[in-house]
Amino acid sequence: MSDSTGLRYLETHEWVRLEGKIATVGISDHAQKEISDVVFVELPKPDRTVKQKESVLVIESVKAAFDIYAPMSGKVIRVNETLKTKPDLVNRSPYGEGWLFQVECSDLKEAEALMDESRYKSLGHAAGH
Amino acid sequence: MSGLLFERHSLNEASWLPDLGEPEEKTLALLPKDVLRQKGPELPSLSELDVVRHFTRLSQKNFCVDVNFYPLGSCTMKYNPKALDAIAAIDSFSLIHPYQEEEDAQGALKVLYEMQSFLSEITGMDDFTLEPAAGAHGELCGLLMIGAYHRSKKQKRTKVLIPDSAHGTNPASAALCGYEVAQIRTDAKGHVDVADLKSKLDGSVACLMMTNPNTLGLFEEEILGIARSAHEAGALVYYDGANMNALLGICRPGDMGFDVVHLNLHKTFAVPHGSGGPGSGPVGVKKELVPFLPSPRLVKKGDGYRWEKNLPCSIGKLRAYYGNFGAIIRSYGYIKALGGEGLRAAAEHAILNANYLKARLKDSFEVPYDGLCMHEFVMSAARQKKKGVRAIDIAKRLLDFGIHAPTVYFPLIVEEAMMIEPTETESKETLDEFVRALEAIDREIEEDPEKVLGAPHTTPVSRIDEVTAARQPNLRYRPEGKAGAGL
Amino acid sequence: MQYLSNAESDKAEMLKAIGVSSFDRLTASVPPGLKRFDWKIPQGISELELMRQMVELGRQNRHFHHFASYLGAGNYDHFIPGVVGQLAGRGEFLTAYTPYQGEASQGTLQSIYEYQSLVCELTAMDYSNASMYDGASSLAEAALLALRSSGRKKILLPATLHPEYRRVVQTYLSCLDAETVTVPMKEGVIDEAALGRLLDAGTAAVVVQHPNFFGLFEETRRVSSMAREAGALVIACVNPISLGILEPPGEYGADIAVGEGQPLGNPASFGGPHFGFFTVKAEFLRRIPGRIAGMALDKVGRRSFVLTLQAREQHIRREKATSNICTNHSLCALKGAIYLSLLGKKGIRKLALLNLKNAHDTHERLLQIPGVREFSKKPFFNEFALKVDRDPATLRKKLRENRILGPLALKEFYPEFPSAYLFAVTENRTPEDLARLAGALESS
Repeated sequence: MSDSTGLRYLETHEWVRLEGKIATVGISDHAQKEISDVVFVELPKPDRTVKQKESVLVIESVKAAFDIYAPMSGKVIRVNETLKTKPDLVNRSPYGEGWLFQVECSDLKEAEALMDESRYKSLGHAAGH
Repeated sequence: MSGLLFERHSLNEASWLPDLGEPEEKTLALLPKDVLRQKGPELPSLSELDVVRHFTRLSQKNFCVDVNFYPLGSCTMKYNPKALDAIAAIDSFSLIHPYQEEEDAQGALKVLYEMQSFLSEITGMDDFTLEPAAGAHGELCGLLMIGAYHRSKKQKRTKVLIPDSAHGTNPASAALCGYEVAQIRTDAKGHVDVADLKSKLDGSVACLMMTNPNTLGLFEEEILGIARSAHEAGALVYYDGANMNALLGICRPGDMGFDVVHLNLHKTFAVPHGSGGPGSGPVGVKKELVPFLPSPRLVKKGDGYRWEKNLPCSIGKLRAYYGNFGAIIRSYGYIKALGGEGLRAAAEHAILNANYLKARLKDSFEVPYDGLCMHEFVMSAARQKKKGVRAIDIAKRLLDFGIHAPTVYFPLIVEEAMMIEPTETESKETLDEFVRALEAIDREIEEDPEKVLGAPHTTPVSRIDEVTAARQPNLRYRPEGKAGAGL
Repeated sequence: MQYLSNAESDKAEMLKAIGVSSFDRLTASVPPGLKRFDWKIPQGISELELMRQMVELGRQNRHFHHFASYLGAGNYDHFIPGVVGQLAGRGEFLTAYTPYQGEASQGTLQSIYEYQSLVCELTAMDYSNASMYDGASSLAEAALLALRSSGRKKILLPATLHPEYRRVVQTYLSCLDAETVTVPMKEGVIDEAALGRLLDAGTAAVVVQHPNFFGLFEETRRVSSMAREAGALVIACVNPISLGILEPPGEYGADIAVGEGQPLGNPASFGGPHFGFFTVKAEFLRRIPGRIAGMALDKVGRRSFVLTLQAREQHIRREKATSNICTNHSLCALKGAIYLSLLGKKGIRKLALLNLKNAHDTHERLLQIPGVREFSKKPFFNEFALKVDRDPATLRKKLRENRILGPLALKEFYPEFPSAYLFAVTENRTPEDLARLAGALESS
């Protein structure tokens, strides 16, 4: 899956793909363009419990660092280890191989607070812009 | 191009050292075997001539004030008088130990004591410590004292207010002291937004950190009212002295209501920047904060000077010994040489030079905060960006004209910022050359943008791939790595 | 004396271009009330007068060319070859700024890369930054790194650590949710039984200074493994010249190794400026404070150097930076790099041996003097303590008469050792110096 169909978004540009209780998280195409060349992703420790909108990890470019927030509360069950050696996947495939981490959601109702793609697009920096 | 030190091999017996006079094994037998190093260190072996050539060739790849105009905003790259280097190198100042008896170092102590007085006079503060090694170290010192002050008043204050135009060290220092940082907006005229500030001033604020003139090069006209409001809320006001060069003899932070001040001797007071340091970051305080100054304190007893160590309220120590004496003595010489009139003239010419450049450049470049400035100003390459050329490209192209780039992309609140600080030591002739270079680049952006985008063309290397450097860091030479690549 | 370049006629022309009638108009934004003040700054003087005054003032200092210094405690009278000052004093190094514009700063950047490489070789650690202010502040930053990376709250500082370093770490941590605990000493080294009792699941790191403040060797491997068992990091604080012969921290299990760089080509200068080195094992790379230079390629593939991993630093990360450090001690570190390249592999070993031998000869000779007694039986490098049963005032007088600076009276820092003195003996001390020192002790 590397398209953005059916994703939900935080206003801070994180997307989430929900499959049952499992939420896969990444950043939008707009966000990766703003960040430009990703040089490092500081991944969270697996098993960490996160709250919705809590800062989970940091993405670094040469001249900046960006906090990435959890779209859903829960336990981090997987992180994208490939990013340790290929951080540029975040740029090359933001909706696919460049995913960041997966959370086992503790409260699926939280998804209601997230934006769908058209709302996110209406903020004026649509995915694929 | 010069190879690495590690890639050269010549005769080296370190013959500048005397002979041991006995076999190595005999000396080594003084120690138990298990404390000894089994291999290395694999330091390169070079003859003295090779070392001299290596570092001389490296030096020739640097831009520097001695060769180039260096208008880096907020860095005060003024000419550093050579006499000051000579003073710091005098045997009786460079070859003395911090722990020799006070009576054996009275000359050095006098320098430090008088320096504290000079800086107090220049800034309008009551006392100074010379201990901090740099500006950020001074910020740490000042914020620790502010914390101690509030604790002595049995107050728990958790927040530091910092304008959005501030240097990065301000929030970093506040965080280092456990403070939460709240940002204050800049208003449309480029000053601290007083309404925003007042809305955030409450009983949780430990201090407000400000630079004045601010990083846009503008004097904070409302400073007296701002300080009063902060004090009414029980907060202290901290002065980041990075821009003190604008104020020498013109006005004083102490009179504006600042309670704590740090200075950067490597900016305002002519200590050479040394490719990134060492500097010195003395901190001045008002009376109420004197008990919290770092230990030890230098006191005058009769005709002599001595260290007072019994200071129950002191925040402690920020580094070993007393301060960067070798830097402080340069600034001491600088103040003695210039005198009061000379210091004031320095500030005047710094302001004159900056305003002149601003006036000359405002037609070619956008100047977001118009009007007069102090010792520096910020212009924007926003207009040029629309033609596909950014501030960084203009900065790199300037290098081809033999001029160091201004500070770019700071302060963060100005798009495509180019921050220019010419300093007082430059001549009109040099400033005119700078204007001509920028005008030429602006024309190139119209006629031959590739030339600007591909710059620099004349430096030892062209634009560096910083992305790969950060993705695959190579931060040291590894002999084994080289062997591996060769096989 | 002024260092301006504009003539009065330039000034008039410039004011005209700006569109103001007088200089005062330029500072119209400064409230008039602020412009009225008196300051007591004397009149300026010429360079000639300045130099005369400074030389005169210097006469009140007793310095190493007239007095033989046995003072150490982190700052030593080592010989500095002429090359070091000449090269580091070149305007291209002295008057350049931090190398943010890489293409205009290749000299500085390559020399930082080489400095990092040399320090890593010396310490057997994986990575080094471009330098800190001094050994003490470098140690404090190491403690901060350990606290952040472990999430624990306690730093163990041995009583054998330089007392000023201990104070500096305590000061850095004073406003944070963290504590420092002192590990007692036994026979001049860390009391291992006490260390065992203090180490627990809340300990972020154990600091070990080796050689320690008394010049003595700590049981570094045992201290390391005890720390590791408790899940605490090991921070070693080392004397760089001792590493010419001593096992380096990277090999006895240090996670972070720091130290004072003054011995490497920097004059004593009344305590500063020198530099602190800061090195880590690979897993802590992203937590290093301050600047780091890396090797890179330019756009046509030429080897070049650039500041890298900058997203850790204050100018980018602001309140989330790994440290607030900006200005470091680059020029002092450059002196260190030049000095180490003049030594080379053989030279650093020879230098360490010269120090070792001189110190042991001195130790042996002084112990022959009645009333001079051993402080500890532990091995030492170029510094050692002795108990000297003498009236301090008489001893001071005799030392001065014999043109000796030091030794350091330990009671300044350790009231429990009222008669102990710390002697540092470098390659610069001669048999004649020793004869004068012994003479002073014998006659007091």
